[in-house]
Amino acid sequence: MSDTLSKIEKRTAYTLVLPAVLLVFAIVLFPIFANIWISFKEIQLKDIRIPEPRAKKIVRSISGDESQLEIIYKLRNSSLINGIKDVEFKDKFPKNVLPTNLDSRCIFKSKKIICDFGDWDPKYKENFEIKIRNINGEKIEKTIIKSQKPILDGKAENPLLTTNFTFKNFKKVFYENNFIELLLTTFYFTFFGTVGAIIFGILAAQLVNQNFRGRTYMRGILLFPYVGPVVALAYTWTLLLDPNSGTLNALLVNFSIIETPINLLGQKYITMSILGFEFKLRLALTTVIFFEIWRYFPLAFLFILARLQAIPQTLYEAAEVDGASPIQKFIHITLPQITAIISILFMIRFIWNFNKFEDIFLLTGGASGTRTLPINVYQQGFAISDIGMGSAVSIVIVMLLLSFMVIYFRLIGKRANEV
Amino acid sequence: MSTLQGLNFTNLNVATVFLIGILLSLTFVLIGNKINHLIKIFLLSFIFSILYFYLNEASPYWYIFGVFLITLFFTINLKKYSMQSLKEDFISEKIIFDFITLFGIVFFAFVILFPFYIMLVTSFKTQIALLVNPLDFSLDFTKSLNELFKSYFVIFETYNFGRYILISSVVSIGTVIVTLLFAIPAAYAVARLNFFGKNFLSTSILIIYMFPAIVLVIPLYTVFSQLGLRNSIFGLLIVYTATTLPVAIYMLQGYFKSIPKEIEDAGIMDGQNWFGIILKIIIPLSLPAIASVALYVFMIAWNEFLFSLMFLDSPKSFTLSRAIQYLSGDAETPRQYLMAGSVIVTLPVLFVFIYFEKYLVSGLTAGSVKE
Repeated sequence: MSDTLSKIEKRTAYTLVLPAVLLVFAIVLFPIFANIWISFKEIQLKDIRIPEPRAKKIVRSISGDESQLEIIYKLRNSSLINGIKDVEFKDKFPKNVLPTNLDSRCIFKSKKIICDFGDWDPKYKENFEIKIRNINGEKIEKTIIKSQKPILDGKAENPLLTTNFTFKNFKKVFYENNFIELLLTTFYFTFFGTVGAIIFGILAAQLVNQNFRGRTYMRGILLFPYVGPVVALAYTWTLLLDPNSGTLNALLVNFSIIETPINLLGQKYITMSILGFEFKLRLALTTVIFFEIWRYFPLAFLFILARLQAIPQTLYEAAEVDGASPIQKFIHITLPQITAIISILFMIRFIWNFNKFEDIFLLTGGASGTRTLPINVYQQGFAISDIGMGSAVSIVIVMLLLSFMVIYFRLIGKRANEV
Repeated sequence: MSTLQGLNFTNLNVATVFLIGILLSLTFVLIGNKINHLIKIFLLSFIFSILYFYLNEASPYWYIFGVFLITLFFTINLKKYSMQSLKEDFISEKIIFDFITLFGIVFFAFVILFPFYIMLVTSFKTQIALLVNPLDFSLDFTKSLNELFKSYFVIFETYNFGRYILISSVVSIGTVIVTLLFAIPAAYAVARLNFFGKNFLSTSILIIYMFPAIVLVIPLYTVFSQLGLRNSIFGLLIVYTATTLPVAIYMLQGYFKSIPKEIEDAGIMDGQNWFGIILKIIIPLSLPAIASVALYVFMIAWNEFLFSLMFLDSPKSFTLSRAIQYLSGDAETPRQYLMAGSVIVTLPVLFVFIYFEKYLVSGLTAGSVKE
């Protein structure tokens, strides 16, 4: 009895879960594996269409004879790279119309012409001509002939499914792609974006955790950058930072902080001197990092605030009795309570910043030293149209991500054991 | 220049302002309880604003009003202090902490809201006004409404934004509905039923939504091209649903687990099958959780940009985000049109957020791992 029950339970469970699992599998998991496949192929964006045999029909009249027409089929292989096998051609003619010069590859049967063109190479082109005549000597309507479209059929390999593989893409990724620079930029962006967001998150949470008027509104306002659409926010920032008519530059010039406007998003380096030491700062990258911090510190804030509000008030009261100063309270009570959430946040944000595409793409498009790995996927795959390369970069990202996740779960696991 | 009230003072006078602030605060503490607290703070804030106005003569009225409000915000907190409290332990540290807190709140509020404000103001301006004075943050209400909303008229009439709003709404709301249809049964099974691979499934949910959209883009692009799903709302809907499903299942199953099992057992006694249990017991009981999932998914779908950039080439099927990006691709497009578009795409999300903040915040915290 219980056996059948558990069987029913299982069957129910699978019916409930399966649709969701299949969908996620098709759209999320399958592409990750497909990337591996594509990354070992030399394949361009223009190759992804399956090759098709195509024909353009041109009808010409033969002078002096209305009962005859000349038809030219401009045949071609739509693909420049891949061949088509067993191309079959069919066209129909009206009653009483016969071809006069039938090609040896074709047969004419019951008003239909059927041709077997065999295999077509890539870039194949042919002008296939046919003359037709009405056997009763009546006029053939050109428009009728023209309106009848020929049907072509052929077996073509899907260029994605061929089995010729190459290591070329990975070689290019590691040796011809400024890989070290790419990796450094990505880590620089990821690390400082994450740390900055967490620091600002702690500050904001600490502020909102105090008592003041309009606290609930403040919490809502602080989340605005996180819930707003990235497109709108990125363009607003571009406008703010614009060197010619941007507000920020105008303000800085107005208060004589800088002399001439700075192109914050378009300049790769800026030379700064602090205490006599001159060093070069990656300006555009730093600006993008600031945008990133602005947009994502709210998440850190939300989590840390939730944690702060869970700290028992008695701890602070006890500290008050012991005569602790506000700084001591923060260091000895608050900080230890939020380290766990900070480390989790760090991991999550690190992984997500590592994959950030939209923000950088919209602000700089990856120019002036802001080219990170995700931006490179887009550039390789869609700007240079080399999707093999794009996939190879994706694979590098996935590999790095997996290693982060292993570290992440190890650390989380350890933490769980400690508690 | 009465219509263009820009900032044109060149010095912030930080030191003087600071000094005045300290002097006024001291006066405040010295006055103590002799005057009604409310009158006291208004009076002091007013004096401060007047003094500030003298220091920066050219500053426009809206700016002075802002200074007044900020000062008010600071002075309200002076209530705690009296001559007595100045003798407490660590009082200087406490005062500094209080000051930093208030200053920090003003700073954060400014840094957050300023770009949003610029977005709004710019959308109401003309090309010339933008170039003449980038520091003019005021709105000119003397203009006729037609002139004020010109950018909005233009983007609706010339750039077809009505259509994009419709597409964005259809895609987002469609994503919410389809996601819930798939997620509720799956989450119920994960939360309540025993089946082989359940543990594997619930851990893989977590891992899956750590994977970024950017690594899915190339394979999906190629497959969608071959299937003719690019440039279609349906294709976008599938992708959005699949990418939000893991987080939706994760959030819902957590809530379903918290529903007491006895209520379901009663349902089983009444002869309900799983469909009846989900429809008549689980859904009504977990409406708040479903609402927060729905809002969260709506927000993700509405704001989504990467897939709409990759999959949509034809202006016929653009979403709002993609349309704005397409507009910006033309360097000739006036900035105020771009900002008007940005306001249009931002407002619905902000309204939804403000109105349903409670639900959305719990959604955000539960779906932390996903953007």
